[in-house]
Amino acid sequence: MRVQFFASCLVELLRPDVGAATERVLRAAGHEPVPVTGATCCGQPAYNAGYAAEARRVARRTLRALGDGETTCVVASGSCATMMSHHWPELFEGTADADAARRAAARTVELTAFLTGSAAAVISKDRSQPAGGEPGLGVETPVPAGPGEDRPLPPTGGGDEPSRAIGAGGAVVVHDSCHALRELGAGTTVRRALSDAGRTPTDAEGTERCCGFGGSFSVKMPGVSVAMADEKLDNFAATGCEQVTSCDLSCLLHLQGRARRRGMELRFDHVATLLDRRT
Amino acid sequence: MSTPTATPVSFGRRADDALADDRMRAAIARGTGLMVQRRHEAIAELANADELRDAGSSIRAAALRRLPELLERWSDNLGALGGHVHWASDADEATAIVAGIVARRGAKVIAKGKSMVSEEIHLNDVLERAGAEVVETDLGEFIQQLAGEPPSHIVAPAMHKDRFEVAELLTADRGAPVSAEITAEAAYARTRLRQAFLDAGVGITGVNFAVAAAGSICLVENEGNGRMCSSLPPTHIALMGLERIVADFDELDVMLNLLARSATGQALTVYTNIITGPRRPGEADGPEELHVVVLDGGRSALVDSDFSSALHCIRCGACLNVCPVYRQVGGHAYDSVYSGPIGAVLTPLLRPTDPAARELAEASSLCGACTEICPVRIPLHDLLLQLRHRDARADASRLRRAGFWLWSQAWSRHWVFRATVLAARAGMPLLRKIRRLPNIGWLGAWQRGRELP
Repeated sequence: MRVQFFASCLVELLRPDVGAATERVLRAAGHEPVPVTGATCCGQPAYNAGYAAEARRVARRTLRALGDGETTCVVASGSCATMMSHHWPELFEGTADADAARRAAARTVELTAFLTGSAAAVISKDRSQPAGGEPGLGVETPVPAGPGEDRPLPPTGGGDEPSRAIGAGGAVVVHDSCHALRELGAGTTVRRALSDAGRTPTDAEGTERCCGFGGSFSVKMPGVSVAMADEKLDNFAATGCEQVTSCDLSCLLHLQGRARRRGMELRFDHVATLLDRRT
Repeated sequence: MSTPTATPVSFGRRADDALADDRMRAAIARGTGLMVQRRHEAIAELANADELRDAGSSIRAAALRRLPELLERWSDNLGALGGHVHWASDADEATAIVAGIVARRGAKVIAKGKSMVSEEIHLNDVLERAGAEVVETDLGEFIQQLAGEPPSHIVAPAMHKDRFEVAELLTADRGAPVSAEITAEAAYARTRLRQAFLDAGVGITGVNFAVAAAGSICLVENEGNGRMCSSLPPTHIALMGLERIVADFDELDVMLNLLARSATGQALTVYTNIITGPRRPGEADGPEELHVVVLDGGRSALVDSDFSSALHCIRCGACLNVCPVYRQVGGHAYDSVYSGPIGAVLTPLLRPTDPAARELAEASSLCGACTEICPVRIPLHDLLLQLRHRDARADASRLRRAGFWLWSQAWSRHWVFRATVLAARAGMPLLRKIRRLPNIGWLGAWQRGRELP
């Protein structure tokens, strides 16, 4: 199947290898990915900061690059996919691009939702129906616990067990990005895509809790943002699994930046990168 | 005391202070974690949780649509029962009404139950200035009163304190040791507060819901202090926000079911008081006078606005409990009666001229956990986003505005975007080599605690 493929600005800027991996994964799944030429950014940074006009100006560039076809547009980022599929119609409402934006929104799909064939279900998902902790989400009902004593201990045993290896079959902690989890229902699809590729997706405690990136939040409230990352990282480490993945590069870069500052031995890879290693 | 040069402390600064308080953060993580767990269990018991939440949401929306009619009916019914309804447009009017009743009744001691509206209007300050002794009788509020602090959580006012801190406060109050066992703490508070109930000339409580069809007010609590405040003193004054009305007992049934489960994970609170007028002839107890002070305080301006759903709130505190920001910094960092996501939405709406309140819309990563848990389906994170959109032009720094404008001009052109990409790919390795970049702007903020990507 011929699909459009939008890597996201962050991938282009900082991790072009994720874009290349996404293309290979799509091709390996029997699709024919066509990169969207002329696209820049979905406009989310400005939109979430409250700057709608600026967001629209940038998003229009990407919208027009997408064209007004019928082809499914696969996006290698949960938050960009959310911006395009959920917020573009509102952003362009009352402008000349309103119809095009609505059509683009309807054919935009996050990568793992597309790969696991749940795109249709995801697109039609009613946003007003909350997902987390309720039936229908791929995540167990969260049972929170305070820090310290209530936290599950990491499995005993050394750090060289085969299950920790990066290779196929290795356990992977899934970081649920909020957009993907709450607005796209991609909590399920990331796990399913990993399972389909022979991996063992693992949940850390508090997996439904935000990592603290939040776009401009990460630099407007750096102290809180980092504190949120710290709790996430401790929970990842407690699983005993060193490989972390997500369908959102932005969360991963924030978490990785914090983990490196703390000298933690965690590896962060976009889900496309892990799926690509398998193929 | 603030110095003349002091500028208002931002949320970010207060949050950073809170982050340094490990003891408080541990208490909040424990408290909110427990409350979320209980809430999930209590909601999971319901076969029709989604329908119930839909019904709750509709009931709240309908109440706002019919607000004048419902309030009038309720007020007429309560008046016919011998109760008095007072309408206050703002905090000053509300406190003046309460102070007037207290003075007329010659009350020296006031026993007070939990009331967020009383916090909103800073009632205790006014009454104490007028010479009355106000005793908070909700255990959490009592602890906060001893500490000289406002509540830090809508439902659990002293959630941020552990039992050892509580023991220190009670020991100081008693002048003799109170051990840090919960039972010992509760036993001391019970003895101490009993005298306040007996001495009080006026009891003050909040109102969870007013029931239009019957002229009743409903007050939920778990300690019995609300029942004491509303029945033992000769005068009962209840404070409510004007949006807290339901049409009838069927609607109340839905709301109470949602409130108790969402707030404390109970099917029903231990005390659910439905108060329908003052003591009637022949009745053994109840107050001689019942006054309900209905506060507008900026609410009516929201009824027909894009933010009306913020008035659907039933003050269950569930959004605070799931909020990852609240979890890290606790309630006091918000510097508002209402903290957490609902506080970040309500505070700027109720204090529209206060720029410090506007900043609270930034106190969120927009993760949506609040929206997901809200029993009456308030789209809290969407409202936060809407507030950012409303205020961006008016409030943001010029530099920020210019930055976004420049960015939008640049990235609406593909060749500039490509140039940025090439520059980033070439420049990032270099930037990464410089361990410490100048601490300016976003780059500096990112580097606070994080390595570059």
